[in-house]
Amino acid sequence: MNKTDLVDQAYVRRDLPEFRPGDTVRVHVRVVEAGRERVQVFQGVVIRRQGGGLQETFTVRKISFGVGVERTFPVHSPSIAKLEIVTRGRVRRAKLYYLRERRGKAARIKERRGAFEEMVVVETEQAEETLEAGEAAPIEAEAPEPEAEGSEAVESEAGEPEAAEVEG
Amino acid sequence: MGDVRGILGEKLGMTQIFEDTRAVPVTVIKAGPCFVAQVKTKENDGYEAVQLAFAEPRPQHLTKPMSGHFDQHGGHPGRYIVELRTDDASTYTPGQEIRADIFQPGDRADVVGVSKGKGFAGVMKRHGFGGLGSSHGTQRKHRSPGAIGACATPSRVFKGMKMAGQMGNARVTMLNLEVVQADPERGLLLLRGAVPGPRGALVMIRSAVKTQLGGRAG
Repeated sequence: MNKTDLVDQAYVRRDLPEFRPGDTVRVHVRVVEAGRERVQVFQGVVIRRQGGGLQETFTVRKISFGVGVERTFPVHSPSIAKLEIVTRGRVRRAKLYYLRERRGKAARIKERRGAFEEMVVVETEQAEETLEAGEAAPIEAEAPEPEAEGSEAVESEAGEPEAAEVEG
Repeated sequence: MGDVRGILGEKLGMTQIFEDTRAVPVTVIKAGPCFVAQVKTKENDGYEAVQLAFAEPRPQHLTKPMSGHFDQHGGHPGRYIVELRTDDASTYTPGQEIRADIFQPGDRADVVGVSKGKGFAGVMKRHGFGGLGSSHGTQRKHRSPGAIGACATPSRVFKGMKMAGQMGNARVTMLNLEVVQADPERGLLLLRGAVPGPRGALVMIRSAVKTQLGGRAG
């Protein structure tokens, strides 16, 4: 354990679902423009996850008007209002850079079989984890803050899905 | 100088935290608790300063003269001692405890530490020189500085000429770092940006001396 982990604990997000390279996700990004906050949706394939702990980032690639667009997000950033998994993909490597040279049919990713069961397993595991952390006490005592913030955001986002749709 | 506050601590390492939606790079320092080991006054010592002691010393390393010194001034021994110059040291009393709560988020602080030693380094690494060509007939001189002066006039090399030598392992002060967060309960200070030295290094944090705000941000 690194000595700085104590500080990181308070910022780690536990509300996001498990996802891997190859999965197609919808990232709901908070955008502040002219003092007004709105939610923008970025949907695409996760082509990499990089780094560890609080510093971990992931990159989503999509084809927008025929142009490949990649966006990298910090996994634990509060600017991610919500992350939905559209499909789970079966891939054989951790970094899907080969997708950059492919277009259309060639860039398809097979769906992962048994992904649903896995999802359930993952969720229960996560629940246990948070429970354990809750019992661990002092560190966790400060953690609920960002968590609460996260769930709040999800609610507010759910309130205006039409707007998000249009901008995305 | 005015109101100078200072504390000793251990650099724990760097991480990032999220402020609003922005990631802020921070150095985490475990600061204090320190004890005032001596108050120096103009009348007594010719200048005003306060001596701070930090960390529990190992008994076999605490010499009799030092333990005598600590007993005379407050009775709290320390492994490391630094002196902090102030305008008026009478605000401190011997034995007084100093904790991380002397800094609030938004304050500006200077951090003094010893930088990581790089050993005997050449000019490219030490001073960022470009070196010589990698081809076109260059022989065994690819990383050399080139010329270091003229010939018969002045027939010597000027003082201060940038040359190879020891790099790092020197006292370095980072000025005006922003205190992003202070956690007095755990004795943690989070300062924006980097701080000299490796993880686990001893650092001194003091209120910024070169700011017009006197260490208090707007």
